[in-house]
Amino acid sequence: MTLEAIFAGFGGQGVMLIGQLLAYAGMYEGKQVSWFPSYGPEMRGGTANCSVVVSDEPVGSPVISEPNLLVAMNRPSLEKFEPMVKSGGMLFYNSSLIHITPKRTDIEVIPIPANDIAAELGNAKVANMVVMGAILKKTGIVDLETVISVLKKTMTGNKAKLIALNQQALEKGMELVG
Amino acid sequence: MAERIMMKGNEAFAEGAIKAGCHFFFGYPITPQNEIPEYMSRRMPEVGGTFIQAESEVSAINMVYGAGGAGARAMTSSSSPGVSLKQEGISYIAAAEVPCVIVNVARGGPGLGGLTPSQADYFQAVKGGGHGDYHMVVFAPASVQEIIDLMYEAFVTADKYRTPVMVLADGLLGQMMEPVVLRDWEDLQIPEKPWATTGMVSGKPQSVINSLGLAPEELENLNLRLQKKYRTIEENGVRYEEDGVEDAELIIVAYGTSARVSKSAIAKARAEGKKVGLFRPITLWPFPSKRLAELAEAGKRFMAVEMSAGQMIEDVKLAVNGKTEVEFYGRYNGAIPSVTEVYQAIIKSFDNREVQK
Repeated sequence: MTLEAIFAGFGGQGVMLIGQLLAYAGMYEGKQVSWFPSYGPEMRGGTANCSVVVSDEPVGSPVISEPNLLVAMNRPSLEKFEPMVKSGGMLFYNSSLIHITPKRTDIEVIPIPANDIAAELGNAKVANMVVMGAILKKTGIVDLETVISVLKKTMTGNKAKLIALNQQALEKGMELVG
Repeated sequence: MAERIMMKGNEAFAEGAIKAGCHFFFGYPITPQNEIPEYMSRRMPEVGGTFIQAESEVSAINMVYGAGGAGARAMTSSSSPGVSLKQEGISYIAAAEVPCVIVNVARGGPGLGGLTPSQADYFQAVKGGGHGDYHMVVFAPASVQEIIDLMYEAFVTADKYRTPVMVLADGLLGQMMEPVVLRDWEDLQIPEKPWATTGMVSGKPQSVINSLGLAPEELENLNLRLQKKYRTIEENGVRYEEDGVEDAELIIVAYGTSARVSKSAIAKARAEGKKVGLFRPITLWPFPSKRLAELAEAGKRFMAVEMSAGQMIEDVKLAVNGKTEVEFYGRYNGAIPSVTEVYQAIIKSFDNREVQK
């Protein structure tokens, strides 16, 4: 299986981070992966996106023109990338912030009230992890355990105390689509 | 298997250089390659090397000239407009036969251009961006792992032939992350450099690093020597990769990022029975002309795919020498061709062929 995903949102929503998290987890499971960020005159509050490929085959293009998975964390991202999703693909959108409904009927549309759930968990910053959990459950592309182990490797020192919260957010996301 | 770690392309240029024994980095910041000096500023002190953020690109390349002239493995990195500023220094370095490595993580131009990936610096890199009859060896990596590996090749080649070597990539390769395996090169041995300016030693002849040759015959002799060296490199230094060219009717010729995009487009077209293959030059100079000529002789037609208005295609056409058709698909200066676009260009090429028949 080859997952070609685009993660999009505004700066600060952690879309680059969950994209990297997926790429790292894929790598630790022995898969071929690539991560490519939109870069340039980006700034806080502006839009940001990254393309992630996770595959059993060597990765060809790291730039994706027809994603089979899209994560839209805000409305401009949904409007920009929804038309590109490959027929039969999946669209996860942040229904806490996006109050329009995706138009496509040939793809699986999965609303995730990510900010609401994150708020219930007590930290709005883990909205991205809620979505990540839903992706893990829906696609089975990598194991939750692998993702947790990546968090443990990368969140050290002061950040280590946040691992439990992130794990909770991932699990909430999984339950949501379970 | 050795451990895979995730690395950004720009970090790979830097770590690849350090693994190759480079202990001197001189640079001046410019997007999209800033992670290279950033990484070097941290790593060079750790390995006992020297990192200097110069006051300008011109200064940085001349510091490389100095360090390389003293026998060290030295490098600089920049992006398109910054590399333009270095051209005078590169010409001097080529004339003085000083080994060094220059990395260009190219962005869209002309002028100050934009920040997005581009392959429009091909002419500048392979045709001699500075003045005079000189060449650089030019490597074109297409993955983060290949960046690591080619940085080593670049330093070895520079020392072997006493020549500046360029590693030409683009902003996408600089910014993307992929898993890599880092290894310590077993044969890492910086050769003796008796010509280097390392201070007077009694009994040893004076070493002079210079690019000035006022006497006409002296200058012609230098040029004859350089040309002889370039012929040797052309003979021994060509590198390329082929994928599915044997049964192909159409061969996509692409390097770096364009080759990655083309690879996916080719897989899509192959799945529909189109006989299309990939030819990926790894050295842009010396260009793999001989092999392309053989493939043209065998009746294959070609399509150059580039992130430029068509630069490498000139070398493809020279190699093919009118024997078969050479088509072009490109996006200009800052735009990356999509897999879909390249796939459609391939299909169109086959459809046109049908119409002609």
